[in-house]
Amino acid sequence: MSLAGMSNLYREVILDHSENPHHKQKLEKVTQDMTLKNPTCGDVIHLELLIQDDKIVDAAFTGEGCTISQASASMMTDVIIGKSCDQAIDMAHIFSDMVMGKTHSAADLEKLGDAAILSSVMQFPARIKCATLCWWALRKSLGEKSDD
Amino acid sequence: MDKIKQQIKDDFPILNQQIHDEPLVYLDSAATSQKPRAVIDGITQYYQTINANTHRSVYTLGQQATDQYEAARVKVAKFINAKLAEEIVFTKGTTDSLNLVAQSFGQSNIQAGDEIVITYMEHHSNLIPWQQLAIQKQAVLKYIKLTEDGQLDMADAEVKITDKTKIVAVAHASNVLGVTNDVKKLGQLAHEHNAVIVVDGAQSVPHFPVDVQDLDADFYAFSGHKMLGPMGIGVLYGKEQLLRAMPPYQYGGEMINFVEEYQSSWADIPLKFEAGTQNVVGAIVLGQAIDYLQSIGMDEIASYEHELVAYALPKLLAIDGLTIYGPKDPNLHNGVISFNIAGLHPHDVATAFDMDGVSVRAGHHCAQPLMKYLGVVATVRASFYLYNTKEDIDKLVQAIIDTKEFFKV
Repeated sequence: MSLAGMSNLYREVILDHSENPHHKQKLEKVTQDMTLKNPTCGDVIHLELLIQDDKIVDAAFTGEGCTISQASASMMTDVIIGKSCDQAIDMAHIFSDMVMGKTHSAADLEKLGDAAILSSVMQFPARIKCATLCWWALRKSLGEKSDD
Repeated sequence: MDKIKQQIKDDFPILNQQIHDEPLVYLDSAATSQKPRAVIDGITQYYQTINANTHRSVYTLGQQATDQYEAARVKVAKFINAKLAEEIVFTKGTTDSLNLVAQSFGQSNIQAGDEIVITYMEHHSNLIPWQQLAIQKQAVLKYIKLTEDGQLDMADAEVKITDKTKIVAVAHASNVLGVTNDVKKLGQLAHEHNAVIVVDGAQSVPHFPVDVQDLDADFYAFSGHKMLGPMGIGVLYGKEQLLRAMPPYQYGGEMINFVEEYQSSWADIPLKFEAGTQNVVGAIVLGQAIDYLQSIGMDEIASYEHELVAYALPKLLAIDGLTIYGPKDPNLHNGVISFNIAGLHPHDVATAFDMDGVSVRAGHHCAQPLMKYLGVVATVRASFYLYNTKEDIDKLVQAIIDTKEFFKV
């Protein structure tokens, strides 16, 4: 029995976000939205943004997914609200690098708030896509082209 | 089979290892089977002793490679009781075989308004080729429904298969629901309406005896890698007269008779469908995989797997919050068991099982229309083969208990 090793991935804070996801709802007013699917498992996320003067005023998501994808979307919406579009894109890149195991400064990781805790997902390569799905939805809804 | 089951496990070197400090329990043979030592050694042996290109080399090695490649074809033909070795076309796998039928037979026989009948339990490989063909030809794609417990609804099959039907394409055994379909009866229905039946045998040929003449299948497709052979080799069986009438699927080396500047004529079957250098080692080693399976006996393998299912199903059904998709009666269920645990996503479950050394599949199993039909996003799937044991099932049950405990569900 070695499920204890799972505690590295399924930290309390991740389980909390998954059980009680923040911003899991529809927005009344939406300026950008994006639906992305994870083709390996069929999980789907629909991200909605309200952007005013180049600033993310509100964000919310709906859809179905595993603990990691739900927690990641909850934590992402928490940290991107109030940020400029450029800041949000920058965070998405930091997050993507982080889960792929690339190093970042403590200051960079701090920008991610709770979401930085998902760095543990790099030990579970099969689950990286679960964590990054919502961030890809963000990048695409802000008009970024797929580049990696 | 009981006496030799430990010996069987020992024949598969990969199974003798630890995953996350736990002994590996491999329960994903529906995705791909593990390989016995004879098959692994056969690959080395081929490259160390007889590697040469087939059907075009006059020297000794070339002849040996050709002889062994053709001997493998004969072996495959006998294994599924084809009338002729020429009815066996080597392909990359089931997907390739089914695409061959759709592109060659389908392109030349389907017209606007014709109907193609498939089922809700098809793997994408026996679904998308027909869906796309139907779009191209403005044909109608129809789905046979399932019964409440996940079996094919034969009454609906009788309604869906009509005089407009040209092709009926169906899995012999489901890769999700654990059911075996009555393809003989479906073939009779298809033939009564002058349609052909195309059978996806990816989940059947590895697990129980298949006789294509008895089934009266027009086309029958399967993969080497799910039956102890290597990846990248598969088989399409087709009735002689059908294969003869079909145009080539791909053009190039070795599939020709004569080539002139502005026209060409084709080789006889089956080489007409084997353009370019083939996976010769794959075919030869698939023959060795068949030898291994026959040394145990397909009837024996089928009854042993049934014993595993009869042992597993009640234990799984007794677990609180566990839902099984497909029949609950072990007599109606083969060695593929799909399930979900209430409150848990299959991906989380599979990661947790992996920490216990248990390898299972989580996802949509390349059957998204079926998932939608069942009203689920994904499932966990455990699948058994001849090298699994009751101890493996005990470990699966323990992993479920551990996982429920970890996530407090």
